[in-house]
Amino acid sequence: MATTQTGIAPLPDQTGATPLLEVEDLRVEFRTRDGVAKAVNGVSYTLHEGETLAVLGESGSGKSVTAQAIMGILDSPPGFVTGGAVRFRGQDLLALPDDERRAYRGRSISMIFQDALSALNPVFPVGWQIAEMFRVHEGMSKKDARNRAVELMEQVRIPAARERAGDYPHQFSGGMRQRIMIAMAIALDPDVLIADEPTTALDVTVQAQIMQLLADLQRERNMGLILITHDLGVVADVADKIEVMYSGRIMEQAPVHDIYATPAHPYTKGLLESIPRVDLKGQELSAIKGLPPNLTNIPAGCEFRPRCPYAREICKEQRPELTEVVPGRFSACHFAQEVLEGDIEPAQQ
Amino acid sequence: MADPTPPVIVEAEAPAATETTVRTLGRDAWHDLIRKPTFIVSGVLFVIFVTIAIVPGLFTSLSPTDCSLSLSRQGPSSAAWFGYDNNGCDVYTHTIYGARASIMVGVLTAVGVLLIGGIAGTVAGFYGRSTDTVVSRLGDIFFGIPLLLGALIVLVSFPGNAETPELVTISKVVLALAVLGWPQIMRITRSSVLQVRSADYVQAARALGAGGTRMILKHVVPNSIAPVIVVATIGIGGYIAAEATLSFLGVGLQPPVVSWGLAISRAQDYVRTSPHMLLFPASALSLCVLAFIMLGDAIRDALDPKLR
Amino acid sequence: MGRYVARRLLQMIPVVIGTTFIIYALVWALPGDPFAGRCGARPCPAAYVADMTAKYNLDDPLPLAYIQYLGNLLRGDFGETFQGLSVGEELLRAYPTTVKLALVAIAFEIIIGIGAGILAGLRRGSFIDNLVLVSTLVVVSIPVFVIGSVLQLFLGMRWGIFPATVGGDASLYNLILPGFVLASLSLAYVARLTRTSLAENRRADYVRTAVAKGLPQRRVIGIHTMRNSLIPVVTFIGADFGALLGGAIVTEGIFNVPGVGNLIFRSITTRDGVMVTGAVTVLVLVFLLVNLLVDLIYGWLDPRISHG
Repeated sequence: MATTQTGIAPLPDQTGATPLLEVEDLRVEFRTRDGVAKAVNGVSYTLHEGETLAVLGESGSGKSVTAQAIMGILDSPPGFVTGGAVRFRGQDLLALPDDERRAYRGRSISMIFQDALSALNPVFPVGWQIAEMFRVHEGMSKKDARNRAVELMEQVRIPAARERAGDYPHQFSGGMRQRIMIAMAIALDPDVLIADEPTTALDVTVQAQIMQLLADLQRERNMGLILITHDLGVVADVADKIEVMYSGRIMEQAPVHDIYATPAHPYTKGLLESIPRVDLKGQELSAIKGLPPNLTNIPAGCEFRPRCPYAREICKEQRPELTEVVPGRFSACHFAQEVLEGDIEPAQQ
Repeated sequence: MADPTPPVIVEAEAPAATETTVRTLGRDAWHDLIRKPTFIVSGVLFVIFVTIAIVPGLFTSLSPTDCSLSLSRQGPSSAAWFGYDNNGCDVYTHTIYGARASIMVGVLTAVGVLLIGGIAGTVAGFYGRSTDTVVSRLGDIFFGIPLLLGALIVLVSFPGNAETPELVTISKVVLALAVLGWPQIMRITRSSVLQVRSADYVQAARALGAGGTRMILKHVVPNSIAPVIVVATIGIGGYIAAEATLSFLGVGLQPPVVSWGLAISRAQDYVRTSPHMLLFPASALSLCVLAFIMLGDAIRDALDPKLR
Repeated sequence: MGRYVARRLLQMIPVVIGTTFIIYALVWALPGDPFAGRCGARPCPAAYVADMTAKYNLDDPLPLAYIQYLGNLLRGDFGETFQGLSVGEELLRAYPTTVKLALVAIAFEIIIGIGAGILAGLRRGSFIDNLVLVSTLVVVSIPVFVIGSVLQLFLGMRWGIFPATVGGDASLYNLILPGFVLASLSLAYVARLTRTSLAENRRADYVRTAVAKGLPQRRVIGIHTMRNSLIPVVTFIGADFGALLGGAIVTEGIFNVPGVGNLIFRSITTRDGVMVTGAVTVLVLVFLLVNLLVDLIYGWLDPRISHG
């Protein structure tokens, strides 16, 4: 398949300062016995201090794999980073030896996961698991570390924190478990927090509370936050910038409000149209037809072409690069301008 | 259903995608099995051993009664690769003929255990409540008696002698093992049935008024039998070993039956001077047990995608 | 917790009664003269038969005789063998040896079994992993009496590394070889269980979390992965200890270890009913109690299990 396309240069930087985190042309593949699945195919994005970046995509779009590659926690084998760079304050993490890289995990970049029940160790008390951060990274005494853990549990608003520090993960509700996960992730005051579908497993009311907590913590600590989700509704209020991923590539990148108003990629447009809206009650909900491509055999041309209502002949032959459509907005579509302006008709059936 | 084809201009590629989606669990399991070396090896061994058990005459021209005391305990030679035992019988011939009794005991015991344990487990799991309690407690009682010890007591209580017909001797061992071995299958079947019973399609069939027996035969059994079959296959190996152990202790099969366990038992007294009497039947026994265990293992791995 | 233990103990009562009744019935109530062949070649003296019949209420119907026997057991009276030896004393004399042998076997399971399992589980697909897989499969397939005989032949008789038999001197050194043989089967299971459990847990989400926390590899594996992986292994070894305490008829027989297994085997073959029923009762009790203990340990190791 066509991997000859060149890497995309780092996206222009609005502030001019060194970004906190810079992902450049990242490539990840999974080598399984059914073939090589190219999960991430040249992803680039930047994150600044205090900024919230939402990475949006269906499952299998490579959004979580990108995050795991940034953290260095890919299951390897079968997962391998085959190219690109992940720079934290200018330092390429992928070039570091394992033990030096480890020092960044938890301290500079932290991560919380979708399912806190399985992400927390079932056989250790939650207080112990949080305190472990201080004991291992800072050599703190058991007692001090435990006190700090309780403080953190209070900061993430867990009631009766001191009493509950000795409880085990299964004794907490889903929302409380996710708070514990968050407490653990922010323990060492990291600069970047990656939240991988942090609210997907939760009830809607709890979702809002967790999102609020994340937003508050981010503001207080001026962290860079990468929010990975498949749910457009979740990100609308908190994100500054959105990356839409599909088939291991970024399809569209834009400030959050622009993208809601005028999507510049047919995939984003499809995603927006598939959200139920109260004001459009009674109208038929449109879903994106078809399935994402098989990552072991991504067809030539545009990855989204088989599902795209606007596909033309050119889409079959040429893969569109991520290019700037209007200042600050990027789209990987041959007809980005037309989609943005709503000036395109669906192709003939 | 609405036309799922996306509005593209030309339809051409993506053959790989369709191939993977068509694969079903059963075909997937088979596909995995025939690529597994352990399955191939154990399958071939299985076929060989079963053939030996059914038509031992194909593998040796001698009969197990062709013995001559003058050859007693002679070591392996070009005339007799495995040597002779204390009665001057050809060890190779005895090893070949020993397969039948051993495999018969193993397979029949597995069938017996499957019948008793399978029915008890299905009934307990399907009807629940007091039926379940009674069957489960009964299972606990038999489970508390160690297999070997229980079988020993049973067999000693019903002693046989040289005049007892071969089939009776074999059935006694089979019964002794089956009576003590069923709780294991009962427990597996029970939990398997419990899982299936609560499945949506069974609830649906129930709601539609399907009766007990019909439900069990049509829905519950076919869907819960896979793990049970796997355990029973592995069990055959264990029962063959148990038979050999009982015969070794002198209470299992009795001469004139020819079995590996008996041969090993006889070899015990001469092990210092004639180790070939021990080594050849012991190897055949172990290889046969190995075949069944490997076969069961391979099937389980193929059926259970979680373990991959 | 206290209530859980009490409930479990109550549930044991029917199991113990059921088990001992079955054994009792098999030993005493079978057709034929229960005294046939018990006093050597001659028939038993009439006075002796009368004495025994009165003592064990053999003229009463079976359930009644059993209840009276059970009453004696509850008072701690295990009765006397046909030779007039106290069953209780005989058991007390044999038990320490069996416990010692079981401990030696458990030590092998822990050291070699868990050790090999960890090596294999940490490097899946490596040479060591395959070596462990193949060798455990082979060990599982070879019946214990074959392993025992072969090791005794080579390590004991031919090369004289270990004493071939134990006899009256059950020292730790003398028990090494029988202990290893006794452990062999479980050792293989322990190795495989450790390997599978470790390999499964290495992919667990919480291990990924531990890596994401920036913990050193040693700590991720040594504490987070290991603690979870060993839960089923510890449970298995505990249950196995319960089974081993029941005595090992085959191993004790081959190496002439004066333990409970040997005692029971001798009593079964001489049809010494009082000894057999007494010993089996103790054995089943020990087995059930150890299993209860294992369940409690399991709950303690895995906080998700509640015995509330």
